[in-house]
Amino acid sequence: MRDARGLGEIAGSAAVWLLVVLACLAIFLPLVLTFYLSVFNEQMIVFPPHGYTLSWYGQIAGKFGAAIWSSLKIALVAVALSLLVGIPAGIGLSRYRFRGREALSTFLLSPLTIPGIAIGLGIYVLAVWIEERTEIVLAGSMRLLILAHVLITMPWVIRLCLASLSNHERTTEEAAASLGANPLMVVWRVTLPAMRPGIVAAALFAFIISFENLEINLFLVSPGVSTLPVAVLQYLGYHIDPLVAAVAVAQIVVVGAALMLLNRFVRLSQVLS
Amino acid sequence: MSAYLQLDRLTKRYADQRAADAVSLEIDKGEMIVLLGPSGCGKTTTLRMIAGFVEATEGDIRLEGTSITQLPPHRREMGMVFQNYALFPHLTVAGNVAFGLEMRSMARAERSARVAEMLALVKLDRFADRLPRQLSGGQQQRVAIARALAIHPKVLLLDEPLSNLDAELRQDVAREIRLMQQASRLTTIMVTHDQQEAMAMADRLVVMRDGRVQQVGRQEDLYERPANAFVARFIGNSNLLTGTLDAGRRFCAEGRAAIDLAGLYAASGPATLAIRPERIVLSAATDGALAVGTVLLSSYMGAMVEHVVQLDAATQIIARAPSSGVAATTRFAAGARVGLTWPASCENLFDAADAPVPQMQKQLTSPDERITSHA
Repeated sequence: MRDARGLGEIAGSAAVWLLVVLACLAIFLPLVLTFYLSVFNEQMIVFPPHGYTLSWYGQIAGKFGAAIWSSLKIALVAVALSLLVGIPAGIGLSRYRFRGREALSTFLLSPLTIPGIAIGLGIYVLAVWIEERTEIVLAGSMRLLILAHVLITMPWVIRLCLASLSNHERTTEEAAASLGANPLMVVWRVTLPAMRPGIVAAALFAFIISFENLEINLFLVSPGVSTLPVAVLQYLGYHIDPLVAAVAVAQIVVVGAALMLLNRFVRLSQVLS
Repeated sequence: MSAYLQLDRLTKRYADQRAADAVSLEIDKGEMIVLLGPSGCGKTTTLRMIAGFVEATEGDIRLEGTSITQLPPHRREMGMVFQNYALFPHLTVAGNVAFGLEMRSMARAERSARVAEMLALVKLDRFADRLPRQLSGGQQQRVAIARALAIHPKVLLLDEPLSNLDAELRQDVAREIRLMQQASRLTTIMVTHDQQEAMAMADRLVVMRDGRVQQVGRQEDLYERPANAFVARFIGNSNLLTGTLDAGRRFCAEGRAAIDLAGLYAASGPATLAIRPERIVLSAATDGALAVGTVLLSSYMGAMVEHVVQLDAATQIIARAPSSGVAATTRFAAGARVGLTWPASCENLFDAADAPVPQMQKQLTSPDERITSHA
């Protein structure tokens, strides 16, 4: 009897361990393989390779430098704009109970539920439609691309701002007011500091989402300009060599570093729950 | 001469509900006023209207003769201590206390001197660099007080300041706040639901119910001359008997027990009789007693002895007396027949409209003589 239960427990914990190992394999195997490919000393991906080299990493800047730079610019501007709109929206939605609040909140978060490819296509069609009627050229402009990125980053900003305000003690704002702080000062000295972890997380999430976006860029990049994911896709159309793997590894390192940085500021689980 | 702070028919309506209904109050400079009442009585709404967090539907608030009703909270110069303290979690203790001074653009040197002075006042000088979450509840509350006092407010508002403290700490803090308030002669309004706290701290109390002021007065006024049965019960737990006043000096309880009243009244009809448990004297002699009953329960509570006396099937009276000293009571066993007496000055009658029934000046017998004759 006792032995049977002992065996059952052992089998149970073995099953748990097996699942953990399988999950880790599923997550890390592609990463490891990507890194493995990126050091092949081959023009085509051939297995097994004849030798290993780090030279692919040296070629990233030359082949993808411009694309990385424009991705970076777009992401930074999109993050700044979405914080500018998203933070006040988050404060307003959490602070006031007004008619249509639920509807507005759903509307502001709705881009999260729509596939990126649909958003990209929709904006592209709209831009062409406006261009036909008004002769204002929107499609292919950098401004439109950035606005489209704001559309997909802002819901994250609002969500994280709302989450960071859910435990916020409103009476601290009243206390500040009674101590002589005007409404703007209350936001600056009390509300924003309370939101700080959420804002840091929101900025990083928004950055990653914008930087990695492919679907919207596919429709909206202007001729001659390319963002990193688009450039990688185009490159893959003509070449199958380890350079793309090297780019992927570089990107993983950058994003990973950003997430680790983020974790220093805030415990992610706290903001996302 | 008009009062320092004046509430003039202050009213707050939510939809069809009156959270505060025509609250009028005149407060002198340096006075400590306590708004007292059960939850939902409108005391907090009134305080928040004074602070400016709640907009008054009607009425006016005047400070030193000038209306401040339209002024936003940050221009009212009122220090407020919140029930949950509402400290700024990202600022140190010193940063919290300095906040109001920064808003007033006070020079750095003067500011740090004032912060040090305030922290010394609440005995937290050694904790200046701590964050609020590193402090105990009592310490956090002292930071909240120091923060409110630092701006030298015109009025200090305290919203249930003791309710989040341990029971043992509460009385000490109550005394400290009262001493501090008296030393600085700071006009203070406190809100509480605890009548002990209110009695211990106030110059004058304001008893509220259902958004309306029931009575304003000193502790003695409220205790000895409650304006209605609610105040009589809320302040110091009176025995409340409903019945009929008959021929000005007999009271017939609902359960038919007959009580000879100590005072003489120029009225008759349905009434409520209120007598403090501490004012009732029990004696073995039933002749000449105002009421006669049977002891149901006798409890020794330490300083006091409490007897529950049954007058009739539906009427019980609680009597409380010191267990030692000149006024010490005899302890009666359950089942003993006892006579009850009390002085006319401690007897309050309210008519059907809950208004006090006045006693006639001339009493047939001095109530004090009655008591000594039975003692």
